[in-house]
Amino acid sequence: MPVGHLVPEIVLVAGAVTTLLAVLAVPRRLQWIGAPLALATLATSAWFAVDLASDAAQQITFFGTWAIDGATTWARGVVLLATAVVVVMSPEWFARDPRHGEYYPLLVLSALGATLVAGAADTMQLVIGVLLSSVTGYTLAGYHRRSALSVEAAMKYFLVGALANTLLTLGVVLLFGMVGSTLYEATAAGLAGRATDPIAAVAAAAAVGVGLAFKLGAVPAHAWLPDIAQGAPAPSAALLTVVPKVGGLVALARFVQLLPVEQVGWRPWAALVAAATMTLGNLAALWQDDLRRLLGWSSVSQSGYAIMAVVALGRSDLAVPALLYFLLAYVLANLAAFAVVTELRGRTALDAYAGLARRRPLLAAVLVVSFLSLVGIPPLAGFAGKLALFGAVIEGGYAWLAGVAVANTVVSLFYYLRVLGPLYFEVRREPVPVLGRWAGTAAGVTAVAVVAVGVVAEPAFDALSDVLLLPH
Amino acid sequence: MLTATILVPLIGAVALGSARGVSERAARAGAVTIAAVPLALLIAAWSRFDPGSGRLFQLVEAAPWIPTLGVAYRVGVDGVALVIATASALLFTVSAAYPADTRDRPRHYYAWLLFLEAVSLGVFLALDLLLFYVFFDLSLVGMYFLIGEWGHGDAKRSALKFFLFTLAGSLTMLLGILGLALATEPLTFDMATLIRHQPLAGEGLRSSLVLLGLLFGLGVKTPVVPLHTWLPPAHVDAPGPASAILAGVLLKMGTYGMIRIPFAMMRATFAQWALVLAVIGVISAVYGALVALGQSNLKRRIAYTSVNHMGYVVLAIAAAGGVLAGDEPGRELAITGATTQMVAHGLVTGALFLVAGSFWQRTQDYDIDAYGGLARPAPALTGVTTVAAFASLGLPGLAQFVAEFQIFVGTFSVYPALAAVALLGVLITAALFLQLLQKIFLGDLPARWADFPDLHRSEAVTLGVLVALIVAIGVYPRWLLDAIAGSSRILIGGGS
Repeated sequence: MPVGHLVPEIVLVAGAVTTLLAVLAVPRRLQWIGAPLALATLATSAWFAVDLASDAAQQITFFGTWAIDGATTWARGVVLLATAVVVVMSPEWFARDPRHGEYYPLLVLSALGATLVAGAADTMQLVIGVLLSSVTGYTLAGYHRRSALSVEAAMKYFLVGALANTLLTLGVVLLFGMVGSTLYEATAAGLAGRATDPIAAVAAAAAVGVGLAFKLGAVPAHAWLPDIAQGAPAPSAALLTVVPKVGGLVALARFVQLLPVEQVGWRPWAALVAAATMTLGNLAALWQDDLRRLLGWSSVSQSGYAIMAVVALGRSDLAVPALLYFLLAYVLANLAAFAVVTELRGRTALDAYAGLARRRPLLAAVLVVSFLSLVGIPPLAGFAGKLALFGAVIEGGYAWLAGVAVANTVVSLFYYLRVLGPLYFEVRREPVPVLGRWAGTAAGVTAVAVVAVGVVAEPAFDALSDVLLLPH
Repeated sequence: MLTATILVPLIGAVALGSARGVSERAARAGAVTIAAVPLALLIAAWSRFDPGSGRLFQLVEAAPWIPTLGVAYRVGVDGVALVIATASALLFTVSAAYPADTRDRPRHYYAWLLFLEAVSLGVFLALDLLLFYVFFDLSLVGMYFLIGEWGHGDAKRSALKFFLFTLAGSLTMLLGILGLALATEPLTFDMATLIRHQPLAGEGLRSSLVLLGLLFGLGVKTPVVPLHTWLPPAHVDAPGPASAILAGVLLKMGTYGMIRIPFAMMRATFAQWALVLAVIGVISAVYGALVALGQSNLKRRIAYTSVNHMGYVVLAIAAAGGVLAGDEPGRELAITGATTQMVAHGLVTGALFLVAGSFWQRTQDYDIDAYGGLARPAPALTGVTTVAAFASLGLPGLAQFVAEFQIFVGTFSVYPALAAVALLGVLITAALFLQLLQKIFLGDLPARWADFPDLHRSEAVTLGVLVALIVAIGVYPRWLLDAIAGSSRILIGGGS
């Protein structure tokens, strides 16, 4: 029964609605109840996703529109995990917000959108997923409606998003016009089989590519990311810098496989986008004096690294494991950093972090683990991720891209150390107020996970070694 | 047993870092005790190591780590690794025992020191390329925090420069490692397998690029000219014991890595490019000596002599790998000499940097010209420094003479002209050390140093150990050379 293949997503919808109804019914002092409800929803969804992965073979299902392969399962897992961490970070942050409870259904729906993007095997389905993920994203970004920064970030996100999503839709329409179907399988066959207009094919691919670059925060649709990181409420920033990327990257990896290589030489272009994204992100992060903006630009550069895996798709067995493992590593490390920011009440000026290690040694340690993982220092998760990425592109014949990534990694170390150096080497006397227990727990748990996923990497790589993208 | 040498200091570091209310004294005593455990274990390993067995790697311990990627936890030693690891463990023990200004954060200081010991020993004991890389990179993190937090002068900047330069090097090396390992089928990072199979033999451009990546990365760490610019500031601003470790242990990772990876695993390609490497080694040796001569900062001067001494090591390694067959005795001597030099330089320069640390703690002044006539108020300090300086300039009867003699004899059989040029370096080194001794210890004693305190007991004991070893190796080097020679023979022959 194909409906069974969508149970994890159905659970999310039902859970979001239930949570919304519940928080509408309870008084303001009980608005936090949305958090446990959302957590229960995410956990139930994850449970069904795991169950489904062990029961059903990797396949395209639901009349050819939905892939339940290893990539979807992995994306489901990462998205649900990341959203759960954000839920845990949120109650203390929004404690005095009168619309506190409604935040949680939005988080759950945003997770749903990202999952739909990741699992889409149909271009229309892809558009719907992207739109759901975007619309919830705009709301989450502008949740502090009295904060100019928050509203500005949401506005920018919306404008870039509207443009990118229009391009995506345009590309999808072009493809539909060429092949007469929105199914991925039919699209691939149609593009490969008949003599389609190569210019139209390239235009469609480029349009869809830009649309997905928006989700990824990759060049040329990256401009929203630093603003979101800086201006959106810290938990929203945590979510929006990771969850949409998971969906976007898996979707991009699926989409490029539909393109006939002889007509649409996407590989060098993907390499170029990867190089441009990581370089731009890193150069822009270099002299930021705002930690959250710095994290935003670093997040752009991390997207660039991730796209390296797409470049190697089909040329290296390491490509798919590298893609999915790196996503997990990045998501955990980035969440840990934003959890620290949240726990420190959104403290954002770089100077305000100087000397923090003496006052808050554990939070400082979390920041060290997170940043060093983003750099790729072993044995943290980011290292195994980058290792697999480098291996994949070298095997895929794009060794120069690995060289660019290495240069970028060295550059990135510079700005991460601009934070970590003063954090440890300077002395601060005044007390450092923090938010509370939950955000701190989120920071600690994600940091431990960064170490654990890196040291015990075998289960992940073992599970990923037979993952398929678009099984037939 | 080898696993314990890594684990004990690592656990010690975590315990010390998370303990509460530990006094300065207790932290130091604890750190020295823990740091000495690997030393004892390695000496025990030495007694079980059989140099004549014909097998390269011994005392191997292995466990699967990421089998999907061909990565495993594998540790073991050959003669080269064994003696360098033992010398490193000794230096760590001595450095922990050496009095340092921990700025009221003794737990953290000693925790980082122990962490650095664990990962440094890991580098020398690892028999898996990726494990090697893991420890190699982690040593940067440890040293970054030691310099940045407990250094002086422009320490933050120096620490940053150190981390950036050496990370650039290690990442380039990682690309080389990947390029090398990806040529294996099935994928493996096992060093013994890679040495046996020589995976890139006969693949022109690719193998040359891989070699370039590896040598660039290891060359930054060694460091060779022109990749050395991170070294002087890092040394000058680091606390004394950290400088000693940087010179005595971390630099060795570069040259040790050269013997372990490109020299052993890409013999054909290495031979093709060995002459270039040898020239770089000679340039480092001569340039390092010349620049050292021009320094009036005590620590800078010692730092540049490191560039000079490591230049000899690089030259010897290049000579040993310069031809694929022929000249076996000479090339064997070169590898043995290079290894001995790594040990001797570690002990000698370690002692010199500790002495420099003592100067800083007494006067906060590294300027050689500010001193004079210290032989009178501080005879013990003068004695120790003199022995170490004479050892460093290669006086017969002391450790570095043994090493450099073998290096020059070995190199002469392959690159006679280069060996002759490199000898210039020895001459300059002699001049610069004699001048240093003269300026600091002889002549008139400036009035402000009239009550210059001599070595304290803990300083005297730790330096005494180093000096005793320097003399022991110089007078009776057999015990050291025997452990190395068997492995040199196997390495030259290309077996594993």
